[in-house]
Amino acid sequence: MTRRPVDTGAPDRLYTVTGGRSRADDSFDLVTLVVAECGPSAGMQSEHVRILDLCRHPTAVVELAAELALPITVVRILLGDLLATGSITARHPRLGQTAASHPDTALLQEVLHGLRNL
Amino acid sequence: MGSATSDPAASGSTTTSGRKPLTDAAETGLKIVVVGGFGVGKTTLVRSVSEIRPLNTEEVMTQAGVGVDETGGVTSKTTTTVAFDFGRISLNERMVLYLFGAPGQERFWFLWDRLFSGTLGAVVLVDTRRMDDSWYAIDRLEHHRTPFVVAVNRFDDDTARHSLDEIRLALALPDHVPLIDCDARVRTSGKHVLVSLVDHLYQLALAQESAS
Repeated sequence: MTRRPVDTGAPDRLYTVTGGRSRADDSFDLVTLVVAECGPSAGMQSEHVRILDLCRHPTAVVELAAELALPITVVRILLGDLLATGSITARHPRLGQTAASHPDTALLQEVLHGLRNL
Repeated sequence: MGSATSDPAASGSTTTSGRKPLTDAAETGLKIVVVGGFGVGKTTLVRSVSEIRPLNTEEVMTQAGVGVDETGGVTSKTTTTVAFDFGRISLNERMVLYLFGAPGQERFWFLWDRLFSGTLGAVVLVDTRRMDDSWYAIDRLEHHRTPFVVAVNRFDDDTARHSLDEIRLALALPDHVPLIDCDARVRTSGKHVLVSLVDHLYQLALAQESAS
């Protein structure tokens, strides 16, 4: 049985979705691409089901948040659950979360090429 | 939040659910941030170049111990919900660029590190009628050593038509920071802004690599 989606905008909703947790998995960047490795299973939380459905193709964390109408932090918590069970894999950005990592010329050339071809 | 800002015609081909998925080979996400004051045209710029209709999402930020009233205990934390728009450009089969319209108000800038870490660089969008709005953004970018270009969004009623030299002077912008004109509504113009930024980043990386 799948639970009904909780669709009120109240803060209680977020508390319910995450089971009261507020600490998110910081390894998920806004542009980490998430891919489902399996389909939803019986009894899975409705938000987890939706994530697996959306991630049949690579989908960025920020797009998941927009589609699910949930704050980024909440989505990170839900993704942490799915990662722990091996239901998803994450393709993290090459540029780390630290300001110290600068893009190299090869990467930037690829970006330039892509933009010029728009 | 959740769906979109407006302009349903802006997106290309989509799935039945309205989503346009990435290719299965997509593996690298990249970020560019568009900053500037309220109403300067950040979302317009994102929309003009994005392959998807700009989406809106939000983050609930917990602000603790940053000069807010601390009366002790968990309840003293303040939470702020910050909404931001973003768009997407698939650069090739593997690389996808996300464009974020960042909230320009000063009170939101504590979010900068967290939300936008690892960005390639930034575009500061300027409205010449409200140039004061740009100072804070430029100051923070310099502080964070985030490379950026400044794009002047020329509105129809921008009758004063300050020259770029005048604007550079008014913004106290160093010579090495590219300054360009744009029309955020026009796709080729928006594309030119992004190419200018990445070209600037390329020159910086080239200089750094040859120095080391």
